[in-house]
Amino acid sequence: MSIFVDENTKVIVQGLTGSQGRFHGLRNRDYGTKVVGGVSPGKGGTDVDGIPVFNSVKEAVSATGATASFVSVPPKFAAAAILEAAEGGITFIVCITEGIPAHDEALTYNRLVEEFPGVRLLGPNCPGIISPGKCNIGITSGDIALPGGPVGIVSRSGTLTYQALHELSQQGIGQTTCVGIGGDPVPGTNFIDCLAAFEADPETKAVMMIGEIGGSEEERAAEWIKANMTKPVVSYIAGVTAPPGRKMGHAGAIISGSKGTAQAKMDALREAGVYVCANPTEAGQKMVEIVRAL
Amino acid sequence: MDLFEYQGKQYFAQYGIAVSPGDTADTLEEAIAVAERIGFPVVVKAQVKVGGRGKAGGVKLADNMDELKLHAGNILGLDIKGHVVRRLWIERSSDIKKEYYASFTLDRPNKTHLGMLSASGGVEIEVVAEENPDAISFLSIDPVRGLDLETARRWVAEANLDEVAREQAAEMLVKLYVCYVEGDCDLAEINPLILTPDDKVHALDAKVTLDENASYRHPEWDAFRWSETEDPREMMAKERGLNYIGLDGSVGIIANGAGLAMSTLDVVNQAGGSAANFLDIGGGANADVMAAAMEVINSDPKVKSIFVNIFGGITRVDEVAKGVLEALKRVDISSPIVLRLDGTNAVEGRAILAPYLNEKLITEPTMLEAARRAVELAN
Repeated sequence: MSIFVDENTKVIVQGLTGSQGRFHGLRNRDYGTKVVGGVSPGKGGTDVDGIPVFNSVKEAVSATGATASFVSVPPKFAAAAILEAAEGGITFIVCITEGIPAHDEALTYNRLVEEFPGVRLLGPNCPGIISPGKCNIGITSGDIALPGGPVGIVSRSGTLTYQALHELSQQGIGQTTCVGIGGDPVPGTNFIDCLAAFEADPETKAVMMIGEIGGSEEERAAEWIKANMTKPVVSYIAGVTAPPGRKMGHAGAIISGSKGTAQAKMDALREAGVYVCANPTEAGQKMVEIVRAL
Repeated sequence: MDLFEYQGKQYFAQYGIAVSPGDTADTLEEAIAVAERIGFPVVVKAQVKVGGRGKAGGVKLADNMDELKLHAGNILGLDIKGHVVRRLWIERSSDIKKEYYASFTLDRPNKTHLGMLSASGGVEIEVVAEENPDAISFLSIDPVRGLDLETARRWVAEANLDEVAREQAAEMLVKLYVCYVEGDCDLAEINPLILTPDDKVHALDAKVTLDENASYRHPEWDAFRWSETEDPREMMAKERGLNYIGLDGSVGIIANGAGLAMSTLDVVNQAGGSAANFLDIGGGANADVMAAAMEVINSDPKVKSIFVNIFGGITRVDEVAKGVLEALKRVDISSPIVLRLDGTNAVEGRAILAPYLNEKLITEPTMLEAARRAVELAN
């Protein structure tokens, strides 16, 4: 089984007529994802390579029955697009947009929680989600993922997610679902949400968790793992050598004072029984070893 | 973006927060003019983005013109932990009856805003948090609801601020919250927030970090771009639109994606080397971006080898390969380049480079092997 999405998930793309939205939306469709519509205000009635475009999410949802949305709009408009999706009846929103102001993210997150408790937001600033062979929403290249499980992947970084998929697929180890939760300070979906879903998914037998410096989500995940997780978890944390006080590319990847270091995260995870590895390759090898011993 | 104290105070003033009258001075002459205008006694404060400037002699009280000339002369050009003082902030000296602390920042675990208020200000809040955590009153603020005056009034009482300061402090906290939210701050901190002998509350210091992602809606931030001794490599990278952070090692790094770039620094370290920089060329990088990245890294005299670590996703490896060749045509690269190319169109990319490979242009099949090779060449 997959988490959050499956082969029946109907997806609309907000920003389908933009260059990024078009490129990735069509790639997602080519992968086999049910991309049933696009939303671009003022362009309703047109189409993008056969995919109908609507003026609003509400129209798109009522015409197509979509339950998921892929938000690919510039940072200025992203918060409004996310809320429009929730108001329009979408229950799973994937936002890849990088560069949304932190205050917009915090406000949007809390509005979703308070007004639309049934809605899950993935991202912003994330590569999206892929359930190999079933559904791909976002920017991940489908060809580096391998269907069939048994590994679930959750990661804060895009390229490290690809690296993890690559390390496993090369060894013939498949994935149930690979979730990129994104590198921003206020992620809609966090490690614990994904770990809990993987723990509940009978087809997922082991989980790869890729974290990085900044915040304390990894430490919280470690506590959760210690108390709840029965499946093996392999982890890699990027940024052991990152200097404090600098944002390392991602808005959320910053060591503030003595808080958010890779070392503290690795210690917490190790203490929770997680296999903590020094680099993505080592993490891949460890996971291969675990899966082969299952 | 971290602001200098004077910029933080100017920002606070825009939101109606009381600060001491003062002005900046880059020369002794300017310092004299500012002091004459605002009147003695004044405080002369070094403008550097590093803590501990007081202990380093960067903050001095001047009661008269002779003292001002002495202190301003000494502080301008002073080296404080590697930061050379090029600008002073000179303000009217304040008498202090009490020192408090106030700040707003994002509470990442709870995804709300976090207010911190303490009647024990003037020292580093981390120290207070460690030694006397009960002295800090925390307030969790729902971004949807914000902070109203009623809540602020309860908060100042809870934090045990002196009775006489409470109403003024509550009003100032609401203003500081507005500044924090509408001003798109990652951090808005006043330490100390003081109570004067005549029972006035005002901000004696300002620590502000702005969220660069919000700069599109703050044209006024352009005025804050003045900087002290910025790393020339970082300035060059900024001009070229690159996501670059200068470090001290000898292996130049180019990677796509922030996570992979961070990881690249880690594996270089594990291989016994150290990175000269962090550089994320992002998704869909083309020849121009590669050339710009190589140029910046090539300008760093400490760099002895360059490690290009690419995992193609949206970025196509054949494009990266073309970019490397293009960059080599445009820029005379002095250090050997080690490439690890994987992902989308990696086979095509390696084929493009194959005819050009030599002892200064090397490919390795994996990230770890490439790291070892780059470190070997640098050491």
